[in-house]
Amino acid sequence: MNRLYLWPVINRVRTQHSRREKAQNGNFRDFFSPQVRDRILQSNKYRYTILSYGVCFAPSRMDESARPTSQRWPSRFHGPALILICTFFVLSSALFAQDWVKTGTSLGVEKVRLAVPDFKPSTSDPQNTALLKTFNDTLWNDLDVSGVVELASKSFYPLQVPGQPPEVNFLAWNSPPPNAAMLAFGSLGVVASGKLTVQGWLYDVKNIQSPQILGKQYTDAASDAAARVMAHKFSDEIIFRLGGGIPGIAESQIVFVSDRSGHKEIWAMDYDGSNQHQLTHLGSIALSPRISPDGSRIAFSALTKTGWEIMMYSIDLNRTVSFPHMGGTNLSPAWSGDGLKLAFSSSRGGAPEIYVSDVSGGNLQRMTTAKGPDVSPVWNRKTNAQIAFVSGRTGLPQIYTMEADGGNQQRMTDQGYAVSPNWSPNGQFLTFAWVRKYGPGEPGASDIYLMDIASKQWVQLTHDGGRNDFPSWSPDGRHIVFQSNRSGNLEIWSMLADGTKVQQLTFTGRNTQPNWSWK
Amino acid sequence: MKHQSMKWFLLIVALGALLTLGACGKKAVPPPPPPPPAPPAPTASISVSPSSIQAGQSASLTWQTTNATDVSIDSIGAVQPNGSQSVSPTDSTTYHLTAKGAGGSQDATARLTVTQPPPPPPPPVTPTVTDEDLFSQNVKDVYFDYDKSDIRADQLASLQADVQFLGQHAGINLMVEGHCDERGSTEYNLALGDQRASAVKNALTAAGVNASRIKTISYGKEKPFCTESNEACWQQNRRGHLVYQK
Repeated sequence: MNRLYLWPVINRVRTQHSRREKAQNGNFRDFFSPQVRDRILQSNKYRYTILSYGVCFAPSRMDESARPTSQRWPSRFHGPALILICTFFVLSSALFAQDWVKTGTSLGVEKVRLAVPDFKPSTSDPQNTALLKTFNDTLWNDLDVSGVVELASKSFYPLQVPGQPPEVNFLAWNSPPPNAAMLAFGSLGVVASGKLTVQGWLYDVKNIQSPQILGKQYTDAASDAAARVMAHKFSDEIIFRLGGGIPGIAESQIVFVSDRSGHKEIWAMDYDGSNQHQLTHLGSIALSPRISPDGSRIAFSALTKTGWEIMMYSIDLNRTVSFPHMGGTNLSPAWSGDGLKLAFSSSRGGAPEIYVSDVSGGNLQRMTTAKGPDVSPVWNRKTNAQIAFVSGRTGLPQIYTMEADGGNQQRMTDQGYAVSPNWSPNGQFLTFAWVRKYGPGEPGASDIYLMDIASKQWVQLTHDGGRNDFPSWSPDGRHIVFQSNRSGNLEIWSMLADGTKVQQLTFTGRNTQPNWSWK
Repeated sequence: MKHQSMKWFLLIVALGALLTLGACGKKAVPPPPPPPPAPPAPTASISVSPSSIQAGQSASLTWQTTNATDVSIDSIGAVQPNGSQSVSPTDSTTYHLTAKGAGGSQDATARLTVTQPPPPPPPPVTPTVTDEDLFSQNVKDVYFDYDKSDIRADQLASLQADVQFLGQHAGINLMVEGHCDERGSTEYNLALGDQRASAVKNALTAAGVNASRIKTISYGKEKPFCTESNEACWQQNRRGHLVYQK
């Protein structure tokens, strides 16, 4: 075993960068004004610290005996070798450092350390084994990707795990190795009536006098889907209590475009990638699904006999419902946060411009008039007073914002190719896809960025290659779903809003344009 | 040695004697009585030249017989023992000659194959050139620079050809499809494709083509002509594609 040293490199920025760029590539906290910083910290319970690491491997003394003699490093090499290697890494990282910055949550902030032993069977029904696996896997994944808690590894757990409150051995959990502050446990069983019952508790194991924070019981018909829903509900309860009162997202949905039926159609899935199912069956091309704030409808654009039109799919009715044809090319619908208006791009008047209508398509108003295509609007869903959009009015597309009446149009990005804006639920940030240095000879990777709207300061969230596009915020503002071809195929991925916990959600067909439900 | 040669000599002599005796024995059989004189059998032959004709043409049928008193050919009837005749059947015919004489009867056949004349060469087809063919032969697509929807100077010749054709064929309508290369976002490319299609339409209408004849559609990067990731391919995809419409 080699020991891994992480060598923090705080200021590894090419010196020829401008002061502004240096600051942007440097420390998020140092660069953001105290007011902005406070807003970030208050809103998301995050501290953004941009760090990168020189990685040093050094053989540890303890393991030396296990190493073959021929491979042993003379112990007098230890000090100098370590220094040399580390110096090399630090130097090389300084030499080659460009935009490879790492953003981290909770650097300096302790997350609640939570132990989640597998739930135990409460009956002897044969279905229990499969349902327990679904439940335990789902619950663990929900809590793991939440970004709210630090999960204590299962390998640290005592052999006897509780299924009921009387079985909790506080000392075994609140001291090392698990050293957990919180313990989520419970039992699952199919009872004689065929119903699945789950009992779950959340205990503050450091507070032995009154440990219970949460006690929940769920009952439903015994099925894999029910076990998954129960795990989602229970994890949401835990995250609500440990994550500062922000509701969890385990029951949220992601709609997206998939070509796995042979045509690009609108699909939906659970936020964790399970339960993927096709919604539309148009047989043409359906794009840009945007789910309504109440989750009842999906607006999208599709190629019809008369061209690209905005279409409406009712999740309640499970079919498309009527929406007037506008004429011209109509693209990229977006719901206002109150669910009363739609913004979209239409070339009905000649060039593609941003229009706003009510949700029935009436009361159409044109918001932009500039030369060059205007597309991909998104509302500030907190205030409904602003719209961000993409415009090619100065050449390559850039992100702009404007008032909801079309006034005060402001350019947000200063260079490159910036598209696909999505507004954070708290109204303070935009996430978008940006090829920041665009042109011949430039790296040209499209990555997901996050920008503080008030200050226009930004941070890069993806660094792992491929073309990343169409970011969409989760309802709790903690996650971002996006499309990426980093795996070789166009698939949908999710991550925490700081770029960590990257997870692939789709694996078949080409899947694009994810849009996260509002709750 | 001498003794062995002697042995061989005796063996050969014995063998020769055996053969001579055998041959003499056969000769000793008395010859059969001579056959009674019979009348000579007739001979017959018939030929046709040429052996294959087209319907309407004629061929020469020639026959010879000997020792025959009664010569006939099916489908012709009794004929001279030797002779020739011109025939022009409409179908293939087998001429069957029967020669009968005191010595018996002899048959001979000749077959004349009649081929139907080839159908008259079809009248030279005047190819019916459809408007659609003319359209695809004469109308040229308009190509664009990256992220641009302005008509490039080197595309004006194509547009001029398009205008000329559309001016000569006032009944033809068309669809202008705006296409983009694979780079960049789906939504922005659809908007850009819309602008490219509009740019071509505007250029055509400015040159006098009636706007009601021209529809536009954007395909963005949804229906590429070429799927490789290089500039040659991207240029193929950055175009206004003119499509015939009925």
